[in-house]
Amino acid sequence: MGAGHAHRLYRHGHSPVHGMPPHCKIAAVFGFVLVVVSTPREAMWAFGLYAVLLVAVAFRARVPIAFLLRRLVIEVPFVAFAVLLPFVATGPQVHVLGMSLSENGLWGAWNVLAKGTLGVAASVLLAATTELRELLLGLQRLRMPPLLVQIASFMIRYGDVITDEMRRMRIARESRGFQARGVRHWPVLAKSAGALFIRSYERGERVHLAMVSRGYTGTMPVIDDVTATRAQWSHAAVLPVLALAVCLTGWTLR
Amino acid sequence: MHVPDGFIDTPVSAATGVVAVAAVAISLRGARRELDERTAPLAGLVAAFIFAVQMLNFPVAAGTSGHLLGGALAAILVGPFTGVLCVSVVLLMQGVLFADGGLTALGTNITDMAIVTTVVAYAIFRGLVKVLPRSRASITVASFAAAVVSVPAAAVAFTTIYWLGGTTDVPIGKVATAMVGVHVLIGIGEAAITAATVGAVVAVRPDLVYGARGLSKPLELRTTPTGAPLVPGEARPAAVTVATPAPAAVVTSPAPAGRSNRPVWIAGLIAALALAGGVSYYASASPDGLEKVAHDKGIDEKAKPHANDDSPLAGYSVKDVGDARLSGGLAGVIGVGATLTVGSGVFIVVRRRRRHTVHPIQGQGA
Repeated sequence: MGAGHAHRLYRHGHSPVHGMPPHCKIAAVFGFVLVVVSTPREAMWAFGLYAVLLVAVAFRARVPIAFLLRRLVIEVPFVAFAVLLPFVATGPQVHVLGMSLSENGLWGAWNVLAKGTLGVAASVLLAATTELRELLLGLQRLRMPPLLVQIASFMIRYGDVITDEMRRMRIARESRGFQARGVRHWPVLAKSAGALFIRSYERGERVHLAMVSRGYTGTMPVIDDVTATRAQWSHAAVLPVLALAVCLTGWTLR
Repeated sequence: MHVPDGFIDTPVSAATGVVAVAAVAISLRGARRELDERTAPLAGLVAAFIFAVQMLNFPVAAGTSGHLLGGALAAILVGPFTGVLCVSVVLLMQGVLFADGGLTALGTNITDMAIVTTVVAYAIFRGLVKVLPRSRASITVASFAAAVVSVPAAAVAFTTIYWLGGTTDVPIGKVATAMVGVHVLIGIGEAAITAATVGAVVAVRPDLVYGARGLSKPLELRTTPTGAPLVPGEARPAAVTVATPAPAAVVTSPAPAGRSNRPVWIAGLIAALALAGGVSYYASASPDGLEKVAHDKGIDEKAKPHANDDSPLAGYSVKDVGDARLSGGLAGVIGVGATLTVGSGVFIVVRRRRRHTVHPIQGQGA
């Protein structure tokens, strides 16, 4: 089961960023994204500086830039949406290459693209340097309700199991000659989904019984509690503080 | 529909974040009531199920395919509170782990996709189950209706959030039209899949379906006096028979249910026709809110004439009928008729599918 405990975005390593306590990292990334979102969109140079900051973090975490760029593919749907904005927004129009584009729409597209990309890049860096268990522990340290953390950890732990079960059902269907081609085949797929729900729910009941028989009383024991020293906090705070400085400069130069 | 960072401005993102935190806190309490101390493993596994089922592709036509959003399904299968919780956890993990949806947009995403869909779907489902006869078919119909409304409802919620805090001045009418238009289509697919999935679960384990809890009667011990002559042909030696257990009890003989509900159907039809015909006779002829806003702002100057403008019912009035009020009323009646036809068509198709093995010809049963 060695492979099952790390998620696909995680990249094993021993860099200073990997070793940082998870709650510091989560707080830093959240602060960074918050600052990026609050930056005025006219300050184009600021977004360039943010990108430089992220590249520096990636360098420090020894995450290859190519890896980072490949993971950015996830935002493609929004790129498509952003490209549409200049055509549908109102306001003064500018003419580029014979097309009439809305000035406000162009700014909007830039805004969504720049902030969205930086947000995704920051999240990808966080996910690439933090293990699942650590991430959940970090969320718990950041005062997320323990029940919610438990639900999330069950979801993560059994996500692969359930996905595999679904894959096995697909293989079973296909090996019997079934091929979903259109709406006519929805009932078959829906029955699979129904069976998947029943299996998941019953597995949940079995897991619960197994936990109860091992002395579960509603809370999970924390055996690997992480604490952060002042130095680690200040180390993590470098990213959002630098970003905040850039943001404030952006607002004053406006 | 995952909203990225920078799409909604900071104050509105923060506000939706507060809404999301409050809703999740309430759901945590409610989920404990629904699942008692089994909450963590069960909700976790259901969240994993939602996560997996979102990856199940449903082919629509050559090349295109859709997938389930799962809000309505979660609400019907495990109840509204657990449903909100599960979808929220899925969204949270997608945001933190897979960078799908911005971190600062988490509140927006949860409000929009976890809270609105689940709550709307469950409210509609509950209401319909109360009104419809207690049978498996009505659970399916109610699931369909709940899911079909829940997706456009989420689109409306998104449009509202965008209207409050969108970072680009796209006329809100355009956003609404595009979002709701697309999501009505998505909603139909979602509804068909949700209804079929709920139907499949109800057929096998009706006790697991939260929304169908009132459906199965508690077990009753049916006793016959010992030594009493058995009904001929029923060669059952046991004197004490346990009544059909939950899965079988669900099929509460559809025939009597159908007979007893005919008056309800007829009354409903008459009420709908009366409302559509009578009320739209007196309804205001002035444009509705969005049309008015569009007109005031001059947005609709560029609006293309609708493809259906030539249709006999364009603008909710019947062509060639001079009196505006009369024509409005007539259009209402025709609209109800069309809706009813389409609705019962869907209903009949669903029923026929279900009964296919038993009565291949019978479609118009109850």
